[in-house]
Amino acid sequence: MSDPDENTVRDAGFDDWLDAAEDGEAYYLECPEGHTSLPPRRLCPECGSTDLTEQPLPDTGEIATFTVTHVPTPAFEDDAPYATAIVDFGPIRVTGQVVDHDPDEVETGQTVALEISRSETTDERVIGFTSV
Amino acid sequence: MSGVRVAGTGLTPFGNVPERTSRDLFAEATQTAFDVSDVPRADVEAVFYGNFMGELAEHQGHQGPLMAEAAGVQAPATRYESACASSGMAIRDAVMRVRNGEHDVVLVGGAERMTNLGTAGATEALAIAADDLWEVRAGMTFPGAYALMAQAYFDEFGGSREDLANVAVKNHKNALTNEKAQYQKTISVEEALDAPTVSSPLGLYDSCPLSDGAAALILTSEEYADEHDLDAPVAITGTGQGGDRMALHDRDHLARSPAARDAGAEAYADAGVDASDVDLAEVHDCFTIAEVLAIEALDLAQIGEGISAARTGRTTADGDVPINLSGGLKAKGHPVGATGASQIAEVTKLLAGTHPNSEHVADATTGLAHNAGGTVASATVHVLEEVDP
Repeated sequence: MSDPDENTVRDAGFDDWLDAAEDGEAYYLECPEGHTSLPPRRLCPECGSTDLTEQPLPDTGEIATFTVTHVPTPAFEDDAPYATAIVDFGPIRVTGQVVDHDPDEVETGQTVALEISRSETTDERVIGFTSV
Repeated sequence: MSGVRVAGTGLTPFGNVPERTSRDLFAEATQTAFDVSDVPRADVEAVFYGNFMGELAEHQGHQGPLMAEAAGVQAPATRYESACASSGMAIRDAVMRVRNGEHDVVLVGGAERMTNLGTAGATEALAIAADDLWEVRAGMTFPGAYALMAQAYFDEFGGSREDLANVAVKNHKNALTNEKAQYQKTISVEEALDAPTVSSPLGLYDSCPLSDGAAALILTSEEYADEHDLDAPVAITGTGQGGDRMALHDRDHLARSPAARDAGAEAYADAGVDASDVDLAEVHDCFTIAEVLAIEALDLAQIGEGISAARTGRTTADGDVPINLSGGLKAKGHPVGATGASQIAEVTKLLAGTHPNSEHVADATTGLAHNAGGTVASATVHVLEEVDP
């Protein structure tokens, strides 16, 4: 999917990951030692291995911690209040917004799936989570 | 290896003065530091300056030479940026340069102008301390990041918003006698609990304010201090630095600060002391939960027990280990780039007996300053000791 603003320069690696996630093909990077990371990476941040492979992100993860933000940055002023969560997918954790819930009903331990959404303020793509 | 003495300290009032430029703030702090130290400006051999958001707040890069000029010092100058630990890093490098004999006299400090950005603008500026791609673009704010850690702490170790409120109450009380503090008023637990939510579970009174201000230190070698008969009774005897993965989600543990632990361990070993020797500490309480995580990382509280330390009185002014007798970032204010240097200034005065709160720590000989960047992806710890107490 192209960016809504054609003049915006993409962030190679990151926007490619969002593209993949929108196609249901989100991934994480893994080195032979089993260390995991998110792109863009030329090497493993733990051990320096350049032998990184893309592994499919598990379909669901569990909310490891969350917060409901009432005082946002200007880029999210129309989105607030919103729930930000760190979701543990097993081999890797990802930070994003819980998008299909009343923020006050979000809880640690909930099972969620990745779903790229859009900021209500800027229409930029945002890493989101929905309940399963 | 030379010892390092604190020959002079200077602080501006911390607060809401949006029209004042950081060069003016830093000039004021350095004036005080030079005045009290009796060190001539001409003896300064290098300037180490911490600042975080000058490009955003003042459209100003390349601040080293600008700040040397503001201080009236003709010496090479470097700006250090490590988010909220910027001047902690500046101090660490300055200490090592004096120790290795490179310099006898250095000017160290930092400044930040923040309130001219307004709350939304400053929230945006502070957020750049996090990973822009993987955290900020998901809507994570700086208070939000510490809120994620607070929730993780509650889930693992227990604790409550009331426990955190007790940290804020303590630090506000400590700031009552600090004439440079942004807030010199007490608050109650109830007021803290009733304040608007910033990012749950953290409320307005869990957060340090946005602040403008500057701090300056004149550090000298032990030999210079003796030769010039300076009144410099406090030495920086230990320095340590720690680092961690940038994004909070990449840390092994969401409710601990290993970078602070590493920095503390290095500083303790460097000074030849351990946590049980620490009589008082200034720790980086940008949020109430940050003080809890800091005292646990520095071994001033057991893991899982830091949360109750303020409520039970262990870290209050007359407790076993008073924490943030200056009022901390919470009440004293947090002009980001100035904070690390201001902590050294406060600990120096507390140990020298010249601080309004020195009466609470009359026998203290060893103090500690902990400065943290972002969600503690970077941290410095310094140990200060009274010389020949």
